[in-house]
Amino acid sequence: MAALTETCCVTGIGETAYTRGSEKSPNALQMEASLAAIADAGLSPGDIDGVIPFSTGSAVAEDFITNFGIEDLRYSVTAPMGGASCVAAVQSAVAAISAGIATHVLLPMGRRGYSGPRAAARVAEFPQFRIVGEFEMPYGAVAPVQLYAPMARRHMALYGTTSRQFAEVAVTMRTHAILNGNAVMTKPITIEDHQRSRMISDPFRLFDCSVESDGGAAVVISGAGRARDMRRKPIYIMGVAEGHPDSPSAITQRPDLTVLGLAKAAPRAFEMAGVARDDIDVAQIYDCFTYTVLCQIEDMGFCAKGEGGAFVEDGALGLGGRLPTNTHGGLLSQSHMAGMNHIVELTRQLRGDGGRAQVLDAEIGLVTGYGDMGDGSIAIMRR
Amino acid sequence: MSASTENRLLPQPTEDSRPFWDALRSRRLDLQTCADCGTVRHYPRPVCPACHSMAVAWTTVSGRGSVHSWTVSHQAFHPAFQDCLPTILATVDLEEGVRMNCRLEGVAPEKIEIGLPVEVDFEEVDDEVTLPYFRPRRAGDSG
Repeated sequence: MAALTETCCVTGIGETAYTRGSEKSPNALQMEASLAAIADAGLSPGDIDGVIPFSTGSAVAEDFITNFGIEDLRYSVTAPMGGASCVAAVQSAVAAISAGIATHVLLPMGRRGYSGPRAAARVAEFPQFRIVGEFEMPYGAVAPVQLYAPMARRHMALYGTTSRQFAEVAVTMRTHAILNGNAVMTKPITIEDHQRSRMISDPFRLFDCSVESDGGAAVVISGAGRARDMRRKPIYIMGVAEGHPDSPSAITQRPDLTVLGLAKAAPRAFEMAGVARDDIDVAQIYDCFTYTVLCQIEDMGFCAKGEGGAFVEDGALGLGGRLPTNTHGGLLSQSHMAGMNHIVELTRQLRGDGGRAQVLDAEIGLVTGYGDMGDGSIAIMRR
Repeated sequence: MSASTENRLLPQPTEDSRPFWDALRSRRLDLQTCADCGTVRHYPRPVCPACHSMAVAWTTVSGRGSVHSWTVSHQAFHPAFQDCLPTILATVDLEEGVRMNCRLEGVAPEKIEIGLPVEVDFEEVDDEVTLPYFRPRRAGDSG
């Protein structure tokens, strides 16, 4: 058993309402979600002694000290991996708690992704995008949808993956968002609706893209010994890992455009957890774009490279399907909280609090992150 | 097809990349090459990933390649590109073994396929900046 296996638990989760158009500041959204997570854990804000602010967010560790009156914050880092940051932060929290540095680590996320600066404007400022900024953005490849589209196009050309298979992902996420209720997108869609949605950057149509939104989500992680006596049933972190793809600064130079950093992280996380793919009852898979979901399913080993399109067909990602995925609606239909909402939802499912979207008797699940130019992260958890 | 030069996202050369941009102004495509082991690398960086040498040379290359992947963008995410939609952004395998991501012009989107032979050309944006782009290789071109 690896040194970090089941040493820590998710002990608190919190979310704000997800909207398109908030009057609250990004920091207020983060604080609101964080206070909810801390209360859910049965803690006081001052009990938090570690914080991992979202790497490209508005709030820094000092803001949490100031707002929560934390007397002695012992641990603060960031995980600058874009959308892989939140799950990578789980690894960092587990490492810090296991090393005895911190006791209760807060992972906050929140932003005005809809009413504030949009993704294309935000990413241009990231230091991780410096190379792309110099060598690709001058030609018009400015937004993530444009930078990621060639990966999907190559996958389609090599393996026969189709836009209708992307649509399967979009339709299922929408169905789940409606079941959840706290979601930005609330109208049912069909595969034909997806096929009619306007082209953004071929092969990605509007309904292949996640929804920029306003809100906040947060998680508290605590050591397993303490977690057993806390307010909520602890959810054990069995395995966790991050992985960086080949050519991490530029997708263009990657030997195989269809392989992400998750392909390196997933085998480590599964080995640490000591579980097999078949043991996974529910998955929260980072879904900035539909394609990203089926690519990660391959990279985690649920099917061979190239078979992800066929894997997601016929409702495989829905409730009762082969791999129930993004039971909250994901980034595609619930809210783009950079995947912190995915950690929240996995915890909810494993507690049995999934409401109308509950996967029957969910015992073991996983959550992934995907960010920047293909960084990956994964956590496997159990009830 | 040229994007508006006002407020355009022009490259900011660094110490490591300046020779690349300087060569383009002379309508040459120069790539960074390890002065010790000869490995060609792109995008420019201080260390050779093959042998870790920091001795840098620059080599003028053919500019010939083929399409590795692509996207056709129908939405501009920066005002500078509003007037040149749809934009074809191609990932190009250069003969020298590295790739570039550039605009592809002179071909209908539905005619693009993996392996399409292309060659570099140059767009003089202003006195300071010349940008490369690709177009289909003409029949009879060598290579």
